[in-house]
Amino acid sequence: MTALLEVSDLFKTFGSGEAETLVLSGLSLTLQEGEMTALLGPSGSGKSTLLTILGTLMKPTSGRHTMLGRDLVAANDAALTEFRNLHIGFVFQFHNLLPDFTALENVVFPTAVREGRETPAARIRGRELLVRMGLGARVDFPSAKLSGGQKQRVAVARALMNRPELVLADEPTGNLDRVSAMQVMDLIAEINRDEGTTFLISTHDEKIASLCARQIVVGDGQVTG
Amino acid sequence: MLYGLKIAIRYLTASKAQTALLVLGVAVGVFIFIFMSALIGGLAEFILSRTVGDISHITIEAEDPDPAVLVNGDGLVLAVIERGRTRTATLSDAATYLPLIENVPGVVAVSPQIGGAGFLTRGAQVAQVSVTGLEPGRESAILNLRGYMVEGSERLGSGIVVLGETLADDLSLRLGQTLRLQSSTGASAILTVGGIYDTGNGLIDGSSVYVSLPTARALFALPQGVTRIEIKLSDLNAADATALRIASLTGLDAVPWTDGAEQLMEALDAQAQTGYFLKTFALITIVIGVASALLLSTYRRRPEIGIMRAMGAGRGFVIFVFVTQGALVGLLGGVSGAALGYLALLPFPSRDAFEPGTLPMDITQGSYGLAITLTVIGAILASILPARSAARVDPVTAIGQ
Ligand SMILES: Nc1ncnc2c1ncn2[C@@H]1O[C@H](COP(=O)(O)OP(=O)(O)O)[C@@H](O)[C@H]1O
Ligand SMILES: [Mg+2]
Repeated sequence: MTALLEVSDLFKTFGSGEAETLVLSGLSLTLQEGEMTALLGPSGSGKSTLLTILGTLMKPTSGRHTMLGRDLVAANDAALTEFRNLHIGFVFQFHNLLPDFTALENVVFPTAVREGRETPAARIRGRELLVRMGLGARVDFPSAKLSGGQKQRVAVARALMNRPELVLADEPTGNLDRVSAMQVMDLIAEINRDEGTTFLISTHDEKIASLCARQIVVGDGQVTG
Repeated sequence: MLYGLKIAIRYLTASKAQTALLVLGVAVGVFIFIFMSALIGGLAEFILSRTVGDISHITIEAEDPDPAVLVNGDGLVLAVIERGRTRTATLSDAATYLPLIENVPGVVAVSPQIGGAGFLTRGAQVAQVSVTGLEPGRESAILNLRGYMVEGSERLGSGIVVLGETLADDLSLRLGQTLRLQSSTGASAILTVGGIYDTGNGLIDGSSVYVSLPTARALFALPQGVTRIEIKLSDLNAADATALRIASLTGLDAVPWTDGAEQLMEALDAQAQTGYFLKTFALITIVIGVASALLLSTYRRRPEIGIMRAMGAGRGFVIFVFVTQGALVGLLGGVSGAALGYLALLPFPSRDAFEPGTLPMDITQGSYGLAITLTVIGAILASILPARSAARVDPVTAIGQ
């Protein structure tokens, strides 16, 4: 197995002076290629903070962060934007989709924004991904009118659009009922098995976590288990 | 950037009512801009046509050379010759200059004239008049005599005089009657009234008469040359430059109408300034409207902007999306405001048919292209601030996880 991503000695503090809060304190973590990992921990333990740093949306206060052999702490905003576009997919808990766009338009966004237009090839891939997510009948549906579970499946399809090595999912099922949650997790597991995409999924739900091959727990700003 | 355009259009069409209101606001600003342009331009046109439309735009008058002064070696003036009182100064070789002047760009008419003072006698009645000799066939070159005729014709020929209605009334003259015209040099002629005009200008209607150039030659004993050349231009505002050009071409003293019209020019200038002021305000209103609407929109769309940034949209892309929205709003508002302005100006009479007492709106001076261009530029500038704030949105806090 080869390491896809490595962080070590990660520190993250918010605010300064009396309001300073230390969220990550020397956290180290390695993700292997093709792993499907659950990130557990109580609310406020720093799961979202870690995922945002791993997703290059925020820089750590200190520490090392490399992925695919690239040093991501030193990189500038433009380089990180391109890196995210090509190598990282995101699924968030809220505000996932662009509400004024259809399901398909949302899915092809990562490719279209890079190529400057929605190419026919991108549309074909987007449609395939939606069919795979069981949304073949919702391709041209306005995303604002989809159900919560459907929205999250569109978000998974979009995260996969550019064939990224890593998909970061922050409580992707946190807003869903049990049936929808299981449906989304099954699809993620299937993609992980078939395509070898690496997933890191935060959750505070043990049942969801048990669907992942590996579980890690954050507490006191470090990986505790 | 086709994709950025698609997103910009989608954002605008997503909230149709809001966009329609914004475009309407811009259109109203453009409408005011165009209305002001047409009004200020039309007003200037109206005032100019009323005041200088019928006069010579450039006048060349014979210079009476200063009489020589005899001075001795010590600077003592020995003799002064009094300025001639009977001889009129002449442009003796006018005939050679006329074709030159006619070929100067912007010159539409050239009228060589002989002017002088005279007395009209009709029976026992006498009136002092100013006599102008005009070239037959070019009677209306400067003053539109033909347009002012109330009786007879403006055509001048040998033995014909054309005069104003006031003067005709004063002397109880009617068409076809004869009178005697004596010039200041003493020569006189018996003339027939060929036409009576009414210009509305008291001086011209009450104490001016027009005869043919040959008649004037005889009256003022000028076998050749003229005393004055009047020139009409296609563009009133080119008078200063054209006068300079004619002066350098002929060496004659060409005087533009603007000399001595400073007060009129100042008034027109002040009026134009007021227009600029109001138009600037219209533009500022547009800029503020677009900026605030877009700022609101960037605030409302913060989570989406965060998502787009997370998906790999660069800051430049976000800026492009919002600036394009501004440009589209400016273009739509500009074009519809210009169309609205044009339609609103249609019912006003054309510039040739201005009536005193009505607003002299000039539909051709609406500055439609300028209004649209400035509005698009203004809207783009207005969207830069919101676009930059959108590009600075932090994806983490915007997504709010
Ligand atoms: N932008 C921020 N400013 C200040 N404190 C923050 C910020 N983001 C997160 N925190 C704090 O960091 C801690 C961890 O938050 P988070 O990573 O969201 O935890 P989790 O996702 O595990 O619930 C919390 O105490 C939270 O209040
Ligand atoms: Mg969280």
